[in-house]
Amino acid sequence: MGKRINQTEARKVAKLSRLDLSEEEIAEFTGQLSAILDYVAKMNELDTTGIEPLAHCLPIRNVFREDVIKESLGTEKTLANAPQRDGEFFKVPKIIDSK
Amino acid sequence: MRDELPDIDCRGLRDQIAAGDVKSVAVTKAVFEQIEKHERTIGAYINTFKEQALAKAQKIDDKIAAGEPVGKLAGVPVAIKDNMCTTFGATTCASKILENFHSPYNATVVEKLLAADAVIVGKTNMDEFAMGSSTENSGLKQTVNPWDTSRVPGGSSGGSTAAVAARFCYAALGSDTGGSIRQPASFCGVVGLKPTYGRVSRFGLVAYGSSLDQIGPITRTVGDCALMMNVIAGYDPADSTSIDEKTAPVPDYLEKLDEPIKRLKIGTVPELNAGSDSDVQKAISGAIEVYKKLGVEIVEIEMPHFDYAIAPYYIIATAEASSNLARYDGVHYGHRTKNPKDYIEVYTKSRAEGFGKEVKRRIMLGTYALSSGYYDAYYLKALKVRNLIRGDFTKAFERCEVILMPVSPTTAFKIDEKVDDPLKMYLSDIYTIAANLAGIPSISVPCGFDKNNLPIGLQILSPAFSEDKLLRIARMYEKETDWHKKKPVIS
Amino acid sequence: MSELQYKVVVGLEIHVHLGTKTKMFCGCELSFGEEANSRVCPVCLGMPGVLPVMNKQAFEYAVLVAMALNCEVAKFTKWDRKGYYYPDLPKNYQISQYDLPLSRNGFIEIPLESGKTKRIGIIRAHLEEDAGKNLHATGNFSQVDLNRAGTPLLEIVTEPDMNSAAEVRALAEELQRIVRYLGVSEADMQKGHMRFEPNVNLVITKNGKEYKTPIVEVKNLNSFRALEKSIEYEIGRQAERFLETGEVMEMGNKSTHGWDDIKEATVLQREKEEAHDYRYFPEPDLVPVELTEQWLKDIKSRLCELPIKKQMRYVNEYKLSDYDAGVLTAERTTGEFFDEVVKAGGEPKRVCNLLTQVGLKLANEKGCSVAELGVKPDALAQLAKMIEAGTVSATASTVIFEKMVKAGKEPEIIAKEHNLIQKSDAGKLKKIVEQVLADNQKAVDDAKSGDKKSKKAMSFLLGQVMQKTKGQANPKVVSEILEKKLG
Repeated sequence: MGKRINQTEARKVAKLSRLDLSEEEIAEFTGQLSAILDYVAKMNELDTTGIEPLAHCLPIRNVFREDVIKESLGTEKTLANAPQRDGEFFKVPKIIDSK
Repeated sequence: MRDELPDIDCRGLRDQIAAGDVKSVAVTKAVFEQIEKHERTIGAYINTFKEQALAKAQKIDDKIAAGEPVGKLAGVPVAIKDNMCTTFGATTCASKILENFHSPYNATVVEKLLAADAVIVGKTNMDEFAMGSSTENSGLKQTVNPWDTSRVPGGSSGGSTAAVAARFCYAALGSDTGGSIRQPASFCGVVGLKPTYGRVSRFGLVAYGSSLDQIGPITRTVGDCALMMNVIAGYDPADSTSIDEKTAPVPDYLEKLDEPIKRLKIGTVPELNAGSDSDVQKAISGAIEVYKKLGVEIVEIEMPHFDYAIAPYYIIATAEASSNLARYDGVHYGHRTKNPKDYIEVYTKSRAEGFGKEVKRRIMLGTYALSSGYYDAYYLKALKVRNLIRGDFTKAFERCEVILMPVSPTTAFKIDEKVDDPLKMYLSDIYTIAANLAGIPSISVPCGFDKNNLPIGLQILSPAFSEDKLLRIARMYEKETDWHKKKPVIS
Repeated sequence: MSELQYKVVVGLEIHVHLGTKTKMFCGCELSFGEEANSRVCPVCLGMPGVLPVMNKQAFEYAVLVAMALNCEVAKFTKWDRKGYYYPDLPKNYQISQYDLPLSRNGFIEIPLESGKTKRIGIIRAHLEEDAGKNLHATGNFSQVDLNRAGTPLLEIVTEPDMNSAAEVRALAEELQRIVRYLGVSEADMQKGHMRFEPNVNLVITKNGKEYKTPIVEVKNLNSFRALEKSIEYEIGRQAERFLETGEVMEMGNKSTHGWDDIKEATVLQREKEEAHDYRYFPEPDLVPVELTEQWLKDIKSRLCELPIKKQMRYVNEYKLSDYDAGVLTAERTTGEFFDEVVKAGGEPKRVCNLLTQVGLKLANEKGCSVAELGVKPDALAQLAKMIEAGTVSATASTVIFEKMVKAGKEPEIIAKEHNLIQKSDAGKLKKIVEQVLADNQKAVDDAKSGDKKSKKAMSFLLGQVMQKTKGQANPKVVSEILEKKLG
């Protein structure tokens, strides 16, 4: 099994993914992800020089909509699934740092 | 008195209901009795809507009695995989994180089913967020295979295929990103179609791998698949990736269904078939023989990059998924952790609590593949390999009209057999993944049983937007066999 | 910091709200000041299963601005996801443009003094969606309002070509003028339609060597004043810091500071543990855009003469003052109306005065543009000609203009009706002058005396003639007669 990814990197990835993983989970995932990435490295057997990356399978371009107003959900429906609300706002613990 | 559960397909049922010969209420009642009898064993549904279904059935019957026109699925009980948004009931994606999420809008396909006067029985179980090949990754409950309750129904649309096989509905909708309609269809002995990417609207389908996902029908017969396609296919202005009518007009999929294709050339890939279990190989060979007897020419073709399909799939799908699932953060909807110490913990703990292991694993993999320094080596490389794979199909379809191969290397495996080894699970998608990468349509039709009486599926792949031909070719086979007429005896 | 010799280097990132009716990817109405979360739908709320569909108007507005900024507009452009987690970003990614933006490599000309301009390079301009708003209420929580989430934003990034706070402000104001001229954005700072993020540093020369201070990005600037002040503050702060620590620009020591409007200072924002890894990748839910020649031509036809060109023309050709040229070009309708009146024969300076001293005031009162006052360019040109010819005095022309707006009549008719035609007949006026001189011997003596009193006396005598003629005498002609008579 290759060491494609180590635990430090796994922790970094967990942070980027906003996942609070336990130490056991980090250890487990590190092993499993390493194995998967080892397999995925198979792609490198293929020479892809000059091959365009295929992000879309569709032959279409220029899909737009007209600038026409449609009815919004309204405040009540918008907040209907909110885990916590404060009047007409979504509520979260105080955001201290900025973007 | 037990209501009769008519042993006919959707088309037959719809016609009888529309003619007033059978009441939708009676059929719906019978379906729910079937559910009450066996659902505890099978576990196909996350939610059922008995009251609303009967009310709708009544309405349809009344309309028909009044001589009013009714839709293409009038009175037919159907099921919907629980990753398609409905304003009725919850839309959970079989995840704790959305367990109590009530969508304020219906997916476009749901609107279409409702407009066609279908009766919605319930929302079916699945692998959480469609990530899995056995439905064992459901965060809410277990579904078992109606043919052998110690085995998996396949995944991720296992609830839908089990429901159709167990007669808990007459048809169902599933979704397919890497085989999630076709593989469970083959494990449950039913028909499952993954349409061309862009043929059916994705608006309202909870996204997993956005450039790969498609919604498709799961039915007992090829004809029913065609009927469902007539209802759900077509351009949707709410989906920028749905194909417009001019570029690919929607045909009537039923129109020429029973007309065989003359001078048909079918491609097979012997090296690929050799990688499956012997019973599967036998069934596929049997299918090839059936086509030969119909005068079809069999052409051996090469798919040099087919073996490389799994790697780019697990990079592209997980990369897109890691982004698609970022929205599940406990802020605007869904599960939120209790007592977070700051707003960051709202994210990290809600997600850790709400997501199952496989989902977390794929998010991690996808995030890693997109992260700074790795993008070129993984994601970009995967997109290039994808192009090579699509190229294989383009070349192959110059020599044949469709390609035949197995759906899965095995039949339904035992519950818990593969859960501990994610890579092993991924490798079983070998036959189905390529069609998603290339965006082409593919169908699974029942083609036999193995020594344990477990269903085997035959996969037929065709060029983009050729579902009408694909269905005709599948029908040619179905007419000569009666695998699709068999139904499981639920123990 | 008189000991320090330095050059100020500023690059600016601007976000402009495009004034479409609806959001970028859904049909929610764009409006201001509504009840929180009342302009939200499943799409901009980022609910499970939703998909974006691009607003064509927003796209065309963006291309129009790119053209006005002299950019190369890409024939093929695509969309990308920029991933980061924040409560006002419901999908936790922003749909934006990364490697193939819709335009690149342009420039904007900003006005300096006396009809000169400076060219500031534009690196790129691309389209993206805005996030909602986080409000920090009292207590341990924050509130999130998603009304703004999904608003079409044009992001413009300039080269670091600005060398003073004044230049930065000039660029910001010029950009505001341009987008208003094009009609693509109200660019109302109070409504948050434009946001700025300058990147500031100094190139210090000390003992013949050059030192670059670390770059500081300033956030949270919502007014031109804050923009200018924050840069001035940073200049001072960075110079001081350099003297203290000698710290120079290195890989990774760029920092982000927030502007505190009350303290009027920049404040280092809490350091994040790692720089943002946005994990850009192509947006799978949106297909790329290909711009055809015809489409580009169509959009280009909606361009107009840019304000800076108009302004320079007024200063250099018509010799108007910087100030007046600025007033006339503040709004597109004013300048265009001015041009039409000049085309109809009005002398530019006269027309300028009419508009700046009267026209704009009247328009403001009426709540409309000068073009909508109901006065045709021909008519105003006629009035200007009348002033030029001495038929009416400048003072009278004010009154005439006002009456033209009220009554909608031609200037000559109004002038006649209200006895505003100037008497310029020297012969007739001579008699009146002689009368006045006869009645005011003391003044005459003072005027003739040639000392301090004479100027005042001349004014007095002129005033007497004006009184006798009920203000209708041509003061120029009267002055000439007085000069002749009194030497």
